[in-house]
Amino acid sequence: MAFKQVTSPHAHGAKSTAKVMKLVVWATIPGLIALTWHFGWGSLINVALACITAVISEALVLKARRRPLGFYLGDYSAVVTAVLLGLALPPLCPWWVVVIGTIFSVVIAKQLFGGLGYNPFNPAMVGYVVLLISFPVQMTTWVTPIALLPEGVNHPDFIESLRLVFSSLAPVDGVTGATPLDSFKHTSGLTVDQIYQQDPLFSQAMFAGVGWEWVNLGFLAGGIIMLSNRLFTWHGPVAMLGTLALMSIIFWDSGSSQSPGSMLMHLFSGASMMGAFFILTDPVSSTVSNRGRLIYGALIGFLVYIIRAWGNYPDAIAFAVLLANFSAPFIDNYTLPRTYGHTDRRKATERLND
Amino acid sequence: MRQTWVTPGGVHPPENKHQSLTQPIGSLPIPEKLVIPLGQHIGAPAIACVKLGDKVLKGQKIADPAGTVSVAIHAPTSGTVSAIEARPIAHSSGMEALCIEITTDGHDQWVALSGISDFEHTTPEALLSIITDAGIAGMGGAGFPTAVKLNPGYQRPIDTLIVNATECEPYITADDSLIRERAEEIIEGIRILSHILGNPSTILIGIEDNKPEAIQALEPHTKDTGINVVSFPTKYPSGGEKQLIYILTGEELPSGQIPADIGMVCVNIGTTYAIKRAVVEGEPLVSRVTTMTGEACEINRNYDVLIGTPVSHMLDQNKFDAEKCSRVIMGGPMMGFSLTSKDIPIVKTSNCILAPSIEEIPHNEPAQPCIRCGMCAEACPASLLPQQLFWYSQAKDHDRLQSHNLFDCIECGACSYVCPSNIPLVQHYRSSKSDIKKAEEEKIKSSQARERFEFRQQRIEQADKEREAKRAARREAALQAKKTATPNSAADIVAAAQARAAAKKLSPEQEQAKLERAVSSAEMRVKKAQDKLDTAVAGDEPEDKIKILSAALSGAQQKFEKAKTRLAEQSN
Repeated sequence: MAFKQVTSPHAHGAKSTAKVMKLVVWATIPGLIALTWHFGWGSLINVALACITAVISEALVLKARRRPLGFYLGDYSAVVTAVLLGLALPPLCPWWVVVIGTIFSVVIAKQLFGGLGYNPFNPAMVGYVVLLISFPVQMTTWVTPIALLPEGVNHPDFIESLRLVFSSLAPVDGVTGATPLDSFKHTSGLTVDQIYQQDPLFSQAMFAGVGWEWVNLGFLAGGIIMLSNRLFTWHGPVAMLGTLALMSIIFWDSGSSQSPGSMLMHLFSGASMMGAFFILTDPVSSTVSNRGRLIYGALIGFLVYIIRAWGNYPDAIAFAVLLANFSAPFIDNYTLPRTYGHTDRRKATERLND
Repeated sequence: MRQTWVTPGGVHPPENKHQSLTQPIGSLPIPEKLVIPLGQHIGAPAIACVKLGDKVLKGQKIADPAGTVSVAIHAPTSGTVSAIEARPIAHSSGMEALCIEITTDGHDQWVALSGISDFEHTTPEALLSIITDAGIAGMGGAGFPTAVKLNPGYQRPIDTLIVNATECEPYITADDSLIRERAEEIIEGIRILSHILGNPSTILIGIEDNKPEAIQALEPHTKDTGINVVSFPTKYPSGGEKQLIYILTGEELPSGQIPADIGMVCVNIGTTYAIKRAVVEGEPLVSRVTTMTGEACEINRNYDVLIGTPVSHMLDQNKFDAEKCSRVIMGGPMMGFSLTSKDIPIVKTSNCILAPSIEEIPHNEPAQPCIRCGMCAEACPASLLPQQLFWYSQAKDHDRLQSHNLFDCIECGACSYVCPSNIPLVQHYRSSKSDIKKAEEEKIKSSQARERFEFRQQRIEQADKEREAKRAARREAALQAKKTATPNSAADIVAAAQARAAAKKLSPEQEQAKLERAVSSAEMRVKKAQDKLDTAVAGDEPEDKIKILSAALSGAQQKFEKAKTRLAEQSN
């Protein structure tokens, strides 16, 4: 009798790509709760809308590419991209912003390059940057955190939020406002202390901006969940946050009017934590070795600080990640680990003598 | 406690060792037929020294070693040689190779054995030849002839002897149970090894800490022997030679070298037992401990199995359920290979037959795209980047594969084990390795061809040059000759040619005479033919002879006519 023939190893561990992706989605929940708590229903609507768009557009492309739908949709990668993009977009932004961004992420940035595993750039960040450049007004209108709303004013309820999103009306004034990084950038001439006293975004906050500090703590918690499940190694996030912290200490300028802001503000405001744990850890578009990830993370931290401090944009995770994506294959060439039995690391570009 | 070192990477698959350890080492009824492959070791297959129909006794040599890197093969039980032919053997490709089939007689009768009671006063050379003649090759997996390993022919003395009792593959308990039951003989074997190697200063038995009973069994026998039992945390693949060397000594085996290059010898613990039996009892290697395990068999335990026992015999004896079984594996679930047929025999390197149920080891899921998550790199014990190797393996980029140290991959399968996308990474590496080897061979071949071609070109050029030189010399000589000889005019040449032609031409009178002669001789021939025919007819010769003669006559007549016509023409 003949047996089925299979190559070794025969045993297989329990992790699957779908499980990994699902865990990433679950890990965004603390951040999503913090966003919803402080900024209303907008983020939740963004995420839901992005997910629906992502699954439909991925399915259409797969059909056009004549790939089995169930097999590829079942890896949840489109959902992860959608969730991350939905979280990054301003709450209560018009529905078409979400839809265009998601389609761009899934179709152009991922599927046209060959689908999961073949995209050189982080799909969510490609979508985000396209939106930021194309629709700057919609993309820079943030909702005021609940704690800073005037007496008697509240965030629109869920139904009202849906109506705002789908009618593309701008939310009522007073409900929208600047983000801490925005506000900090546009209050030149004041020392850091003065800003922290005068701007309620800082004066009523613990250390890095009302609401935002909680959102960042939420993403930090999610990051720790993923790290403890070994979805990625510590190298990238730690290098990124470490470099960001180091840069903000070096250029702190003792809090003068020229200071780009404190270390805590840079770490816990804007998209710092989400970027560190959810964006730059995207394995497909990042570097492959641990040493490479240290350089890659540090490069992102460095670029984020430079753009925040001296560039035109208040935040810079998306730009920094995309620029680092460009350099990832290059970094990979020079960061091979030292293999057992070898005295030196080799370069990937080494050519054998003919 | 001796210090141990921690290797990078590694995985912790479920151990599943308890199932086969509930009972002591058992034995199986002798199967009707044993199939003994001639190549069970690395190196040249042994050469059969028995004929079809020969009666053999247990332990009788049936094949001689072929050269240095080879070992002898012995009859595992008494019986009759019933076939010497190619059969499917234990190989991942399911290929066939020359085997000796013995139809057993059930008596299990030994040949006369003679052992050495006092090995310490025997020379290492004599002991090494006993080991080769006893057919001992590494029993851990690769099957390298042990005597060659112990005598690598290097100037560098061996200062460390490492005995590998790690048994890091899940399910397998062959070494574990052997140690539990026969620790004393194992230690004796190690002492013989130590004597052969010139008493190395360090002797270490490396064993994972998931075998406390085995460690306990070894301890009383190692007291005051200088042999250290070193246990270390369980992790796959600690039993790889390179990994074990690092765990026990903190030294890395340089890429492309063998342990003897750094003064070490690494031997499987089962081999040390076989050495003791061979040297002290004079018993050749005719059986080994093999684990029979997996949920598709009702009984899971270790057996002392005769070499050549068909796997089907083991399965049948342990109530194998083919319906439940997902595949039959020789070896463990990480590095073992699936068998193509039940008839494949147990060989000296077969440490386990694993017949898992479908729930235990499900059928492979289809591979998803690599997302470069890097879990494989975290698991790799050699610090490679499996995801990059996979990428370049698909691209067939041989330069990149080699700069990423593909050939340092030990194919342990830890990367595939953790891969969330179910990619059969090891399979890709194996195929790339053989592609590269093939390309290199072709490169050598083509460079030889190029050399040959260039040499030929050179030779032709040389010959051309020589010919040209000769021609030039001749031309020169002719020119010289022309200069010295009296020059002839063109008219003289023509006249001379005409004279030569005229000399050849006959005068009309001569022509006439020649034709007349021809006519008369033809006439004579006609007459002769006529006479012959007449006598034949008169003598009543057979008809066909007459026919031939009359044909000859008419031929002669024709020629006579022709000659006459020519003469007439000439006369006109």
